[in-house]
Amino acid sequence: MRVALFLTCVNDALYPGTGWATVRLLERLGVEVDFPAAQTCCGQPQFNTGYRHETEPLVRRMARAFDGYDYVVTPSGSCAAMVRDNYPRIGAKALAEGRGPELADAAASLQNRTLELTEFLVDVLEVTDVGAYFPHTVTYHPSCHGLRMLGLGERPRKLLQAVKGLELRELDGAEECCGFGGTFAVKNPDVSLAMGHDKVRHALDTGATILCGADNSCLVHLDGILRRNHAPLHTLHLAEILASTEQHPYQPTTTGATR
Amino acid sequence: MSGTYLGLPSFPDAAHTSTHDTQLRANLTHATHTIRTKRATAINELPDWPQLRTAGAAIKDHTLHHLDHYLLQLETAVTNAGGTVHWATDADEANRITTHIIHTTGETEVVKVKSMATQETGLNEALHTAGIHAYETDLAELIVQLAHDKPSHILVPAIHKNRTEIRDIFHNEMAHWGRPAPDHLTDNPTDLAEAARLHLREKFLRTKIGISGANFMIAETGTLVVVESEGNGRMCLTLPDTLISIVGIEKIIPTFQDLEVFLQTLPRSSTAERMNPYTTMWTGTTTHDGPKNFHLILLDNGRTDTLADTTGRQALRCIRCSACLNVCPVYERAGGHAYGSPYPGPIGAILTPQLRGTTTPLDASLPYASTLCGACYDVCPVAINIPEILVHLRERVAEQGEGHRAERAAMRAATWLLDHPAALSAVERAASATRGLHPARLPLPGPAKAWSDARDLPDVAAEPFRAGWKKARGAGGAPRKDKDTPR
Repeated sequence: MRVALFLTCVNDALYPGTGWATVRLLERLGVEVDFPAAQTCCGQPQFNTGYRHETEPLVRRMARAFDGYDYVVTPSGSCAAMVRDNYPRIGAKALAEGRGPELADAAASLQNRTLELTEFLVDVLEVTDVGAYFPHTVTYHPSCHGLRMLGLGERPRKLLQAVKGLELRELDGAEECCGFGGTFAVKNPDVSLAMGHDKVRHALDTGATILCGADNSCLVHLDGILRRNHAPLHTLHLAEILASTEQHPYQPTTTGATR
Repeated sequence: MSGTYLGLPSFPDAAHTSTHDTQLRANLTHATHTIRTKRATAINELPDWPQLRTAGAAIKDHTLHHLDHYLLQLETAVTNAGGTVHWATDADEANRITTHIIHTTGETEVVKVKSMATQETGLNEALHTAGIHAYETDLAELIVQLAHDKPSHILVPAIHKNRTEIRDIFHNEMAHWGRPAPDHLTDNPTDLAEAARLHLREKFLRTKIGISGANFMIAETGTLVVVESEGNGRMCLTLPDTLISIVGIEKIIPTFQDLEVFLQTLPRSSTAERMNPYTTMWTGTTTHDGPKNFHLILLDNGRTDTLADTTGRQALRCIRCSACLNVCPVYERAGGHAYGSPYPGPIGAILTPQLRGTTTPLDASLPYASTLCGACYDVCPVAINIPEILVHLRERVAEQGEGHRAERAAMRAATWLLDHPAALSAVERAASATRGLHPARLPLPGPAKAWSDARDLPDVAAEPFRAGWKKARGAGGAPRKDKDTPR
């Protein structure tokens, strides 16, 4: 089984720790992981802001970069949903505009092989207990695209519940959007912040010390609010929790030390 | 659409004000969360909900595909039943036809059933200009009208008001419109309802003309259907001598049997009721009962243009249940008025720019008034993929808008960079090398400021993943003997 890590642009530049955690976790479970260097970004920021044509080179790039792999695994529900839900749409529109089946073929080549990390773990590897150890109180925010576009359901929470030492606290209004929404966060900053503050308040109410998510793009928004308010709560990607073991516990790779 | 909404600020500007209105936020959060929970319970009672949803979407899609056929069938059926059918291409024409019919009768007052179509055409304002008083009889519409306000929700137009505010409106305004509010009116809901009942009863018994929309029009029989909860609608539809119904052409369904799907999905989605308390149906005119004259005005007002758009036309399936408003986190914070049209919330964000175009700053901002979280699509009883249409309309806005020139340039630059991994790597390395200099807050204008006004900027990684991977693993996937995976 050849598995490619589709890291995503946000993780590459801002959260490499999530990438390394994903690699460590998968290799611990016996999976050979490759990182095709030709990958960059799925094009979601362009597409969701209304620049479909600007997305097209990136669809082609993604298809080329991940050609030949049995699975393309990504620690981002949002980017997986972009590939699975929106790529076919981009291909179909190019076809309808009389530009041939090339983009549709590129989209189709990725559609069924691209999986979000928890889908790969639960559905392909068929594990929920990944042998992790994480002695902290955690609350989980299910990001919208993973939740609704991919239908991740209980997979992330089942994985968390199996982690030794971890206490999972229920998050009030968990399935409500955190207010990030890509460029929404800057095009509608007031509403975005109002939503983010409500999410943060609910997370603080749980008394947990870690706010966990499976999408760093939501966490970058929530973390920005938490840090601005010096709140006693840290955001962390699910992969970092699942990668943590008693021998090699989680250590922050990017800290606020530069500030 | 209605002139009353023109000239309003763009969505972000309106939301800037409304998100800081703590009373409004509290009213909306309380109301939407209550109805959201009740709706979920009502839906979960039905084991065949997914099938009903699919059936509803299929009936609407079929009808929209053959709209010309069913509209002509409806016209014939209504005419044969003694009604008169008028066709209105836009709001002005619908208002002109209505005004003319009323002038012909010599009346100067009308009672109205709550109607989205007449909100859309701005009928009340048009009638006022023509010297005709239009009285809203739905409780929430009455509150909004007495307050000289605008509706902020499809189903609960006064959702932004709490009962104390309503008491004050009744106390201060009712006397100017008819029977005054009782002395010492309290904010008890029963007392408020009784005050409205007494005020409205006078209007029902006196007024000779009723104006309505319709939830459905049945092509095969020419029957129109209004569903409601208060009974005021039935009074307006049955008591006056003349009934004028102004209905969007997308409200049509082919057969009586098709109605059974929507009479299950609409009340559960909108008010979380198993069935709605009043279902009133009328077919032309009937001797010795009900209105003696019936006029049906079929309203286009941008609907055929919407129909021509293969992605956007899904919006015409909408049965105005407002479930999407009640689950929308953006609507909950921004409030209905920010959407600048009678159709607020997610459905408004896709319907208004299609019916009205995207030429004003307000209309062009509506497709961006969403995080694309998808909660609206999940609850829609006719499966309108609202996020898909939002993105589709954003493309339209971005392509036409001069204001998007800088954004397009930035997106193109980003695409170029992302299509050249070596260049991307260089930029990432530069960002990492200077990371100690990056401030958590930016004193810059534009998007960066919008982010950092209230959120810290993220740290840039000391070493981007792709650089670390190349160092540790080279081109392949296996760890190098001399290197370890960074912890």
